[in-house]
Amino acid sequence: MSDSTAIAHGKADASHHEHPPYQRHHFETYAQQNDATNFAMWLFLLTEIMFFGGLFTAYLIYRNWYYPAFVAASHQLDIFWGSLNTLLLITSSFTMAMGVWCAELRKKSGLVLCLTLTFILGLGFLGVKTVEYREKWEKHHIPGLHYSVSSFVDPASDPEVHDKYPKDQPLSLDMARHTELYFFLYFAMTGMHAVHMIIGIVILAFMIARAQAGAYTTGHVTFVENFGLYWHFVDIVWIFLFPLLYLISRH
Amino acid sequence: MTEVQGGPEQHEHEHHIVSPVIYVIILCALLVGTALTVWASFIDLGPFNPIIALAIACTKAVLVVLFFMHVKYSSKLTKLTVGAGFFTFLVLIGMTLADYFTRAWGRW
Repeated sequence: MSDSTAIAHGKADASHHEHPPYQRHHFETYAQQNDATNFAMWLFLLTEIMFFGGLFTAYLIYRNWYYPAFVAASHQLDIFWGSLNTLLLITSSFTMAMGVWCAELRKKSGLVLCLTLTFILGLGFLGVKTVEYREKWEKHHIPGLHYSVSSFVDPASDPEVHDKYPKDQPLSLDMARHTELYFFLYFAMTGMHAVHMIIGIVILAFMIARAQAGAYTTGHVTFVENFGLYWHFVDIVWIFLFPLLYLISRH
Repeated sequence: MTEVQGGPEQHEHEHHIVSPVIYVIILCALLVGTALTVWASFIDLGPFNPIIALAIACTKAVLVVLFFMHVKYSSKLTKLTVGAGFFTFLVLIGMTLADYFTRAWGRW
């Protein structure tokens, strides 16, 4: 079977221009193939931007409608964890960019190292997110039947946050119930972001195994490059999530 | 038969390898931006708090897109695609927000 395909290829090569094995036959050059794949990846990322954009828009509108509830609810988030996660994700974007550079220069061990670092930093991000989600679970701040508004109608009942924001006034029950909407959007946005991270980490594990076998350092960098675009996109989403959810409602 | 490819006047874009020095500079800029946005959030600037936070976030995003995502060194097609995409995105968000913020303001 493999012999016959080899012969068939040998015949075809005689009548066509030569090209590396990873170049698809219908492309004139490898650069052309790479550009086409790059273009497709960007189109995909733009649909992703529109998707997250809808969530951001909903957040901005509801924040303006139920401003006191959104301010009080955002005080439940810990800026330390948010900053740490920003740090982890930005650094992982850097290691990913370095991974692409290693692949371009055909440095196999460097590529494996960069991908592994990106993998670990991504896991670290999800670990921090787990700590944060767990706290929301314990305080009954996950929207649903067991949602509790006690931190907002009676701030003193939540001493941890009350000490950090002593000026927070108790909300009326009517307004306090809108904090559930904040947490709904919080979990929708950070949850969708985390899903993208998990998908990215799974692909990274696959890429690390392939890179160890010598893939991507043969001159065929398209896959690493486009995965890098995806990873940086996930980073950009977080760059906007962090200030909008954690920072802008401190006062 | 490499002659078929049309010599130096090719349509394809030459693959540019971005130097790690640039990546390190961008990493530092992003870290400084993060520190700056956290620091700014501790100062009460009234309505300017969200504006400053979003301005810093946009600057960081542009740095990531241009350098980490190689758009600065990409083909005109990629540049146009990214530019058109973000423009459409801003139109969609801008018009939606303009609609909500000018209609029934304070009457929900």
